[in-house]
Amino acid sequence: MRRSATTLVEEKEHCYHCGDECQSVPVYTQEKAFCCTGCQAVYELLYANNLCTYYNLEAGEKPGVTVAAGDVQANQFVYLDEAATLNQLLTFQSDTLHKVLFQIPNMHCSSCIWLLENLFKLDQGVVESRVNFPRKEVSVSYHPKKTKLSHIVTLLHKIGYGPTLNLSTLSGKKQKRDFGINLKLGLAGFCFGNTMLLSFPEYFAFGEEVKQQFGSFFGWVSIVLALPVLLYSARGFFESAWQSLKQRHINLDTPISLGLASLFCVSLYDIFMETGPGYLDSFTGLVFFMLIGKYVQKTTYDALAFDRDYKAYFPISVTVLEKGAENVIAVKELAPGKRIRIRNQELVPADAILLRGSAFIDYSFVSGESAPVLKVAGEIIYAGGRQVGESIELEVIKDVSQSYLTQLWNNDVFRKEKSYFGVGTYADKVGGYFITVTLLIAAGALVYWVPRDLDMAIKAFTSVLVIACPCALSLSAPFTLSNALRIFGGQKFYLKNGDVAETLAKADTIVFDKTGTLTESTQTDITYQGDALSTEDESRLRAVLQHSTHPLSQGLYQFLKAPVKAVSQYQEISGEGVQGLVDGVLVKVGSRSYAGGGQQAKLATGLATRVYVQLGEDRGGVFTFSNHYREGLPQLVQELHNQGKKLAVLSGDNDAERENLQRIFGPEATLRFHQSPGDKLAYIEQLKTEGHKVIMVGDGLNDAGALQMSDAGISVTNSVNGFSPGCDAILDAGSFTQLAHFLRFSRRALHVILGSFMVSFVYNIIGLSMAVTGLFTPVVSAILMPISSLSVILCSVLGVRYVALRMGLLQPKK
Amino acid sequence: MTIIYLLIGISLTVAALFLSSFVWAVRSGQYEDDYTPSVRILFDEETPSAPDREKR
Repeated sequence: MRRSATTLVEEKEHCYHCGDECQSVPVYTQEKAFCCTGCQAVYELLYANNLCTYYNLEAGEKPGVTVAAGDVQANQFVYLDEAATLNQLLTFQSDTLHKVLFQIPNMHCSSCIWLLENLFKLDQGVVESRVNFPRKEVSVSYHPKKTKLSHIVTLLHKIGYGPTLNLSTLSGKKQKRDFGINLKLGLAGFCFGNTMLLSFPEYFAFGEEVKQQFGSFFGWVSIVLALPVLLYSARGFFESAWQSLKQRHINLDTPISLGLASLFCVSLYDIFMETGPGYLDSFTGLVFFMLIGKYVQKTTYDALAFDRDYKAYFPISVTVLEKGAENVIAVKELAPGKRIRIRNQELVPADAILLRGSAFIDYSFVSGESAPVLKVAGEIIYAGGRQVGESIELEVIKDVSQSYLTQLWNNDVFRKEKSYFGVGTYADKVGGYFITVTLLIAAGALVYWVPRDLDMAIKAFTSVLVIACPCALSLSAPFTLSNALRIFGGQKFYLKNGDVAETLAKADTIVFDKTGTLTESTQTDITYQGDALSTEDESRLRAVLQHSTHPLSQGLYQFLKAPVKAVSQYQEISGEGVQGLVDGVLVKVGSRSYAGGGQQAKLATGLATRVYVQLGEDRGGVFTFSNHYREGLPQLVQELHNQGKKLAVLSGDNDAERENLQRIFGPEATLRFHQSPGDKLAYIEQLKTEGHKVIMVGDGLNDAGALQMSDAGISVTNSVNGFSPGCDAILDAGSFTQLAHFLRFSRRALHVILGSFMVSFVYNIIGLSMAVTGLFTPVVSAILMPISSLSVILCSVLGVRYVALRMGLLQPKK
Repeated sequence: MTIIYLLIGISLTVAALFLSSFVWAVRSGQYEDDYTPSVRILFDEETPSAPDREKR
């Protein structure tokens, strides 16, 4: 593809499909500009099917996703139609109907919803497609005789909404959603409302007559209404309390359960003995409010996956060569000894030896390293690398799950559920004191009243237990932290749950991965050594480079700025380099053995990625590709230092960058190089046994072990919906330098929790003082309980938002 | 005033009906996605010949 001179377009046109600025000369269909033939093809497909509403739904914004032409090969997804794969993928299967659930990360606006729900217009076999936008899922029903799964997947790829298909999609059906909290909350709310209605005669003086006539009847109905709340809605609190008692410690649910149980028992006693109306309205109300807290706590980012392992990245199938024929088999069936073929942009699923072809392996998802690595026949290629360039043949030497990278997941750390030292213990500690104090006061009241008035003694004792239910206490943490989560979300920092926010606040050690985390994985710094290059020379180099698809050539082509010249006798020697004649000068660009003849060899020391160039017979030089540290990194490090954090850097690379890093991180920081994924995990474990609270910041699959082992693992990613290893928080790369700010905010959020604890204590003290003096009545309880709950919620929410406002975290980041 | 027994009985029955429809709504997954339907309802049905989408 040769283009004559690039015409300088004064005002760059925007693509009609994806809205991006057209980089080169746009292509036109029906007077509409497109940045590439891929986008054009999507438009033509939609136009032919009368689906152009797609472009008119969002005012002023083009919804399309850039689609590279020829991205999907016709037969790429045929393996999906095999019965074994179908059985695992389909959520429903019959002769006339198949249902499948796809995750589509590219979905981002209402146009996307519209197009995906109109799939039946593009494929006659599709019966229905329904989008769940918050989870970025689409459920497709289709007629298996009229269309095939592979057709649907190919179609989705063609219109730019390629679904995520990988090993983890296959390993077991998604578990059914838990409706529990919605049902419990609804039931508690229902019973709360009705019990309150029945308690009305108690609240008002004019109800005296009604009370006498119907008091016991209302009581009985209230019991009927309160029973489902006790048995179903409140079960979680009792279970949690019982669990912690069995392990001989006390959590916040212990005093809650004690309070609820005594509240219910006292009410039963009152109603049976006809001595009073009971506290059932307060009881149901308490459960209702506390469930609201649980509900708020549960709301997280549905569309983000925090628990991904290597399976979410590995493909479902692989091409195997058997007796000269190519077969597609499931990756799960791959065994050592098999020969596999990996094409351009495909992933090596298991450790293998390269047999044929020149391999350029892109390990960016594994290590964050941006420049592909050259491998020659006979070398081992580790699982997780992506081939760039021609197709290669390999022989598998390890099972998928036993490979260098994937065996990391066999570590015990991945087997147990991660426990946080966060809110759990924070509120639980308070819960422990709470219950001790309460029991002491209750006993005190008993001791005081028994010699004076037995009835009063029992009343005071039970009232103390009742008022001691730390309902408001249990509300402050969920409301504060869920708001903090939302504020972080606005800044593109997504936390798995509220516990993570508290963990962040308490951490004292931060460990960074180097490549891809501290450095930018999409950017490289290029430096040149050798004979000086004139603008003429640069033009010559670019002329040759523009024809090469190799990523290093592309990078260099972008780096040099001179205008391009015409080239003749262009040649590409695979695995070596490219050459061509420009103005009669032979230009060679490539590896050291290819273009590095003569004096350039001396210039190269160390192990960095290099490209050698040779102009004519005797002139030449070398371009070195090095990592580009993120903007603002020194400031971030400085701020973390000021906060008194201990810092460390782990890198899988050689120590070429040691001096640079030591200068940025200061002399006390630990720097470790040549770290395998297992070493990283071990280092974090060591820090933890030394008593540190560790945050690990990483990005690639090789950090997965360390992320899991750390108290809070943060994964840095360029696209939040793209791949990130299992972690506790996902940080958009654009917000990376704000990390110190975020940590400070999470500490302030804890202060807000403490503040609202205080508010709730005030109410408890008022209640307790009434309880010990025997003044605590159902009406007082009915007033005190909602007021305390609501004011604690208000304090938490307003407090945390005020702090965020002061810190400038409320403006959403674009 | 005995009528109150009846009234409360009726009111509880009606309330229980609403509760059961709430339980049904939760179980049928209507609380699964609280965003997409709000967008979906604004799409125009432009081609009447298209398969009936209301039929689920």
